[in-house]
Amino acid sequence: MAVCIAVIAKENYPLYIRSTPTESELKFHYMVHTSLDVVDEKISAMGKALVDQRELYLGLLYPTEDYKVYGYVTNSKVKFVMVVDSSNTALRDNEIRSMFRKLHNSYTDVMCNPFYNPGDRIQSRAFDTMVTSMMIQVC
Amino acid sequence: MADAVLFEFLHTEMVAELWAPDPDPGSGGKRRSLSVLEGLGFRVGQALGERLPLETPAFREELDALKFLCRDLWAAMFQKHMDGLRTNHQGTYVLQDNSFPLLVTMGSGPQYLEEAPKFLAFTCGLLCGALHTLGFQSLVTASVASLPACKFQVVIQKS
Repeated sequence: MAVCIAVIAKENYPLYIRSTPTESELKFHYMVHTSLDVVDEKISAMGKALVDQRELYLGLLYPTEDYKVYGYVTNSKVKFVMVVDSSNTALRDNEIRSMFRKLHNSYTDVMCNPFYNPGDRIQSRAFDTMVTSMMIQVC
Repeated sequence: MADAVLFEFLHTEMVAELWAPDPDPGSGGKRRSLSVLEGLGFRVGQALGERLPLETPAFREELDALKFLCRDLWAAMFQKHMDGLRTNHQGTYVLQDNSFPLLVTMGSGPQYLEEAPKFLAFTCGLLCGALHTLGFQSLVTASVASLPACKFQVVIQKS
C-alpha cells in the first residue's frame, strides 16, 4: 500500500499530504516535491502528442531504490502523487490506477461539500478515512 | 421528467426571493442581486467543474473545455446540448442556446425581455465557476434578443 499520498493544487501548493511512518515524513515530502517536475513534463508532453494520449493517470513518475512514485492529474489540473514501497511487488498498475480513481472520486466529494472553500487545505474526515484505507500495512 | 423541472422551479424561487424585499430598488440593488446570483452560480460551477469531467479524457486545449461546457455541463444542468459554439480563436467564445430552459416558461417574444437578465445571472456564474475550476479565468456575459433564445459571451483572460 501507499506510504505517502499528496494532493497538489493547480497553483502547485499542497492541499493535502500524508505519510507513514511519520519519522520519514521529510523524505516523502521531498520526493513528492521532486516529482512535480516530472508531472509537469508529462502534462506538457501530453499537450503536444500527435497520438491521442489523454490519460489522467500519468503512470510511474520515477523509481528509486526503495520507492516508486506515481502521478495522476485531473481535468481541473489538480495533481495526485502516490509513493509506494518498491518491495511491495503485489501492487500492479491496475491497482494503482484504481486507487487514484478512488482518490479522485473522494476529492470531488470534498469539492462539492458546501462547507469546503475551494483552494483551502482538505480537512475532511471522510477523505482522511479513505486515505487511511490505502495506507494500512498489510504485513 | 419531473426531475428536469425541479431545478427550474428552484431557480425561479431563487430569483423571486432575491428581488422580493424591494421590487424596484434602483441600479444599486439590482446589480447587487445579480452579483449574488452570479456568486451562487460560481460555486455550483466550481463543484460541477470538478465532478463532471471525472470520466472525461484530459482536455488538450481551451476549446476542449468550452466544448465540454456546451455538451456535458449543459446536459447535466438542462438535459440538452447547447445549439452553437463560435469563436474568434483569440479567447472569445459565443455560446448560443436557442431554447434556454430557464427562459422557456416566459413564452416567446419581447414581453419579458427586460426581466431576462435576472434569469441568466446564475448561469453566467455557473459557466465562470466551471471554467475557473478547469484553470481558466473568464468574463461571462449574457444577452437576449428574443425569448427564449440567449447567448453567453465568454472571454478567456490571458494570465
